Amino acid sequence: MLIAQDLVCLRGDRLLFKQVGFTLSAGGLMTVLGENGSGKSSLLRIVCGLLTPELGVLTWQGQPIKQASEDYHSKLTYIGHLNGLKDDLTAMENLQISARLAGEHVDDQAALAALTAIGIARCAKLPVGVLSQGQKRRVALARLWLSHTPLWVLDEPFAALDTASVLTLATCISAHMARGGMTIITTHQDVIIDAQTTQTLRLCA
Amino acid sequence: MNQAWLTILKRDLLLAFRRRSDVATTVFFFLMVASLFPLGIGPEASVLSNIAPGVLWVAALLAGMISLTRMFAADFTDGSLEQLLLAPQPLAVLVSAKILAHWLVCGLPVVLLAPLIGLQYALPSEALWVLVWSLLLGTPSLSLIGAIGAALTLGVRGSGLLVALLVLPLYIPVLIFGAGAVAASQHGMSAQAHLSLLAACSLLSLVLAPLATAAALRISVE
Repeated sequence: MLIAQDLVCLRGDRLLFKQVGFTLSAGGLMTVLGENGSGKSSLLRIVCGLLTPELGVLTWQGQPIKQASEDYHSKLTYIGHLNGLKDDLTAMENLQISARLAGEHVDDQAALAALTAIGIARCAKLPVGVLSQGQKRRVALARLWLSHTPLWVLDEPFAALDTASVLTLATCISAHMARGGMTIITTHQDVIIDAQTTQTLRLCA
Repeated sequence: MNQAWLTILKRDLLLAFRRRSDVATTVFFFLMVASLFPLGIGPEASVLSNIAPGVLWVAALLAGMISLTRMFAADFTDGSLEQLLLAPQPLAVLVSAKILAHWLVCGLPVVLLAPLIGLQYALPSEALWVLVWSLLLGTPSLSLIGAIGAALTLGVRGSGLLVALLVLPLYIPVLIFGAGAVAASQHGMSAQAHLSLLAACSLLSLVLAPLATAAALRISVE
């Protein structure tokens, strides 16, 4: 269970949001809404522990995430607005490296299956540098098919994707929710994701 | 933990292999700087062998430094640094794999080329051996200390110059012991003391630098 209380986020001397709190339990989906620059990405980075909130606490299974960081990180998959891919490595190499770094054991078959699932298998042997924006995004998102973590934090996962891929990804997230996972997501698109509990958090300063 | 450490090391070596030109820049920089002095000063063997220890060590130090800004910059812009920070392993351990990769790619070639350059300076064979040993023991600490500077200046404009200002003062002890070792052997003394101190510098920075770099990276990513 992930609980946030009274989070306050300052960037420079600008207040992005204050008194943000939520409780997310197994099978829960939270959609974060807000206009551009309202602090959606910052909230997601705070949830991951990449950013320290000015005030407020965030606890995972009753423990502040700062204290349980390695244990917490092993339960977390974060896909930010940066893809985290190396242009000089192939899609396959990128996917395997990021999955191994997250502690998953992946062989070539599992990685290829993940790339096939998101429809990018024919680019598996190409360096990521030659792929289009949407294709790169799909390579980054293929990690979700290999992930066994309970908490997914996804920053604009649907941006730059074509309609078919949006549906595939929504199905993947729904399957994760059905397994009892948790997801925090920001999006500007109306995508239907099945979840046991759904909540919306609207950010405004 | 081993898996993630090896993954990072292999990834960085593979990237260096795919971008061989970056590696070549460092090596050629060392070759050029070290070769300019004999051309500028003249071929007199006694003068050259007198300045050799200092010049070769300064060249190695500068060559290691020009590649420092690249250590984390690409990871920072493409987002793989965030994933590194979120890996379920201690960040300092993963950072040590990156530093080792940097040394293998930028430090080790300089160590291996040094005896060739030393010949230009009319160094006797015994001094050449001491030069190689001193570089082998000393250059790891250059990569280790440099990583702290690279991490602190991440995402800052004009970071190249800033790294130099931050890191060069910290390189001074390594330079003194390194050049001192070669000079000692030229004057017929034992280089043992200098080499031991160099090894001590490297061991001390091996313990402290990954921790400091990890802390600096966390600040830079915020």
